[in-house]
Order: sequence, then C-alpha cells, then structure tokens
Amino acid sequence: MSQRLPITVSINGKRYQHEVEPRLLLADYIRQQAGLTGTHVGCEHGVCGACTILFDGKPVRSCIMFAVQADGHELMTVEGLTEDEKKLHPLQQAFWEAHGLQCGFCTPGILMTLLPYLQENPKPTEEQVRSAISGNLCRCTGYQHIVDAALLAAEKMKTA
Amino acid sequence: MKPAPFEYFAPETLEAALELKAQHGDEGKALAGGQSLIPAMNFRVAQPSILIDLNPISELRYIHKNGAMRIGAMTVQSYAEHDGLVAKHVPLLHEAIPNIAHAQIRNRGTIGGSIAHADPASELPVICMALDARMRAQNVNGERWIETKDFFAGLFATALQPDELLVEIEFPVAKANTGYAFMEIARRHGDYAMAGVAAVLTLDAKGDCETARLVYLNVGDGPAPAPQAAASLQGAKPSAAAFKQAARLATEKEMEPFGNLHASAAYQRRLCAVLTERALAKAFDRARFSQIQP
Repeated sequence: MSQRLPITVSINGKRYQHEVEPRLLLADYIRQQAGLTGTHVGCEHGVCGACTILFDGKPVRSCIMFAVQADGHELMTVEGLTEDEKKLHPLQQAFWEAHGLQCGFCTPGILMTLLPYLQENPKPTEEQVRSAISGNLCRCTGYQHIVDAALLAAEKMKTA
Repeated sequence: MKPAPFEYFAPETLEAALELKAQHGDEGKALAGGQSLIPAMNFRVAQPSILIDLNPISELRYIHKNGAMRIGAMTVQSYAEHDGLVAKHVPLLHEAIPNIAHAQIRNRGTIGGSIAHADPASELPVICMALDARMRAQNVNGERWIETKDFFAGLFATALQPDELLVEIEFPVAKANTGYAFMEIARRHGDYAMAGVAAVLTLDAKGDCETARLVYLNVGDGPAPAPQAAASLQGAKPSAAAFKQAARLATEKEMEPFGNLHASAAYQRRLCAVLTERALAKAFDRARFSQIQP
C-alpha cells in the first residue's frame, strides 16, 4: 500500500531529491525532508496563508498540495529571500524597520505573498496592500504595521 | 491533520487519464487544482483510495474562441481571470473569478475543478447557469455535451458518470444589448459568500427589458435560478420599481435558503433582495452602454 515515488525539486535554486509517500503535503516535505523550516504550517486547509510559497513564481498554499506534485518544479521559500542573515532582502528590512511582525508565525507566508505582488505592483495604495494580504491571517499585529511595512517595502524595492 | 494513504497516478495525457477512470471508476478520484479536495483530505472528510492527478495534462489547459468561448477544464482560475478574451467575450465570468477565495488559491484552483466539485457556495456553477454554458464530458468511448441545467444534481453532485471526466466548458459569447453583473457578500473578502447573484438583462430596440436571468449562490443545494422573477421583467420598463418587484418574487417566492453559521435564512433572503436590485441596476446600465457603443 505504501507507495513511494522519487521526486526532484528545485527550492531556492538548489536541487533536492527524495522518495516520498504520495500523501506527504508539500509544506511538510519542505520542512521535514528539505529541512527548510521557515515555511510555517498553520491551519492545514488553505485558509491562514502561513505556508505560502512560490510555485513556479506564483504564490500558492503548500499545505494543500502534495510533494509529488512539485516534481520537476521550481519553488521559492522565505529562505530564498537572502543568503546572508546580516543582509536582509529589502522586503525583510522593511518588516524589521516598520515592526511588521510580533510573534512572526505568519511572516514567511506574508513575505512570499508580497514579494511577487510588489514586483508586479511597485506602487500600491494602502487599500491594494490590504487586499493583497487578505489571504494571510495574523493574530498579533492587527495588520496596521504589516501594511506600513509593505508600503515601506515597495519604496525600498524600487530603489534596491 | 494529514491525508489518509492513497495510491497516486499522474497521467500525462487525457487518454491515459480516461483509461484510469475506466479502470477505477468512483474509486479513482480526479485531482484538479485540489483547493477543495486536499483540505477535505487533510480533515479526512474525503479519503479516496486512488488519486488521478490531472495537473500534468497540458492539453486540458486552454482558452480559445471558436464561435463560443472554450475553456479547458484544467485552466487555472488566475489565468482565466487575466485573459483578455474572457474579459471581452464572457464579462460575467471575468467579473466573478476575483471573488473566488484568494489569489493564492486561484493560482492553483481550476475552472473545471470548481465546476465538477459543485459546491453551492461557489461562483462558477452560478455563472454557468446564468449563461447556459455547456460541459463536455469524456470517457474512453467518446464524448457528450451536458447542458448546465442537467449538469448540477444537488449538493456536491453532478451528472458526470464514474468513468467520465469534465474536459471542457463552453461559454456563449456576450450578446448585443445585454448587460451582465455578478455580486456577492462575504463576511471577509475571500470567505465563502453568505449570498450572491448573477444577473443578465437584455434590452430590446425601445430600451425595454426583453429577457432577464437571475441565478443565486449559496441559497440552495446548487446554483439557484429564479425564473419567475426573471419572467416578471420580460417586456417591463427597466426601473427601480421593476427591479424591486423581481427581487421580492425571487426572495419570497422562489428561494429556500438553508441558513448557516454566518447568516440565517432570513438574512440570506434580505441580502439576496438587496443584491438583486443592485445587480439588475448595474446590468441595466451596462446593457444601455452596450447599445450606445458602436
């Protein structure tokens, strides 16, 4: 019964090869097999957004996909934003400066949602930012500082 | 929670997928975008023993216009959302798609998957019903076309046979002198809507209402049309009073909402009445605009 399938996945430009059970969720694969624990698992049914990653460049929920479905695809997780912890990505730097997080649980999902959004929409309004992150739940901040951070990030990413 | 074990197939052609459906029938659950199925599997509400993943089948991802608009069942929702042909020729679909959950879900969810799932709270079945779309179903022996009114068969149920797959949805292109509007109300953007409506209004040469169509979301066991309300508009002068009368007929005579945690049945009726008036007014404006456009 327990079928195992070989997969090859690129995460943040690095190749990973594993054998996985088909029922292994992509989020769990990223955390447990690939060892990249920046991606968080919250609700496990696609509502909270904590597990958001980029799948072939587009933000998706990695908790409602199977790892086998990522075979041959390019993923990016929050670890891909910077290689050097002392030199943050402008998006991360903006969250640091504007206090865009408290506990930090939702932050990776919010960053991975905002990265492609701000690349495509370099000058968003506050309302557009609120709509862009509407699929990511935060239980600490009340969102105000996240919105401030996103607007600051837009500025920083333009000049970066 | 985590999904129960299952056997996984990822056929690369439609032919191979249909062979698997022929072999496994209902046991072999088709996996489209998975944005409803996988959450249900995580909760173990769904425990299919075999999954047939349709994602590698690129021949089911397309949008083209060939008389009508033809959309491959595995076309991703966000792709259709930003497609110029859809915006121009099926404006009602274009207006409805951004209401489906969030962008992250629409990047994975498919047009055909949502329709075959037949959730009464989802937008696409309502759009199919409002436009008289047709579904192309296929099994190893061939294909058949199913009208929308025959396709939805109650809560999460469709006319698809165990060996069939939904492969294409055909939407008629926007008609002249016609306005379309879709509206819904959710507690928060991206949540399941408490109620919603699709309105289609066609004007005659005098500017009176020739025909109308009203279909509601999440107030029954499938997309819920209101034919009496629509008929009340036939031949009528479009006016706030006429729209109010249609809203009253639809919500008091034709609708049996169940009510749920977020909205009682009475509140759903109230929402539908308000949405009906707004959607008809908007559809009317758009129909008028289409008449003055060259």
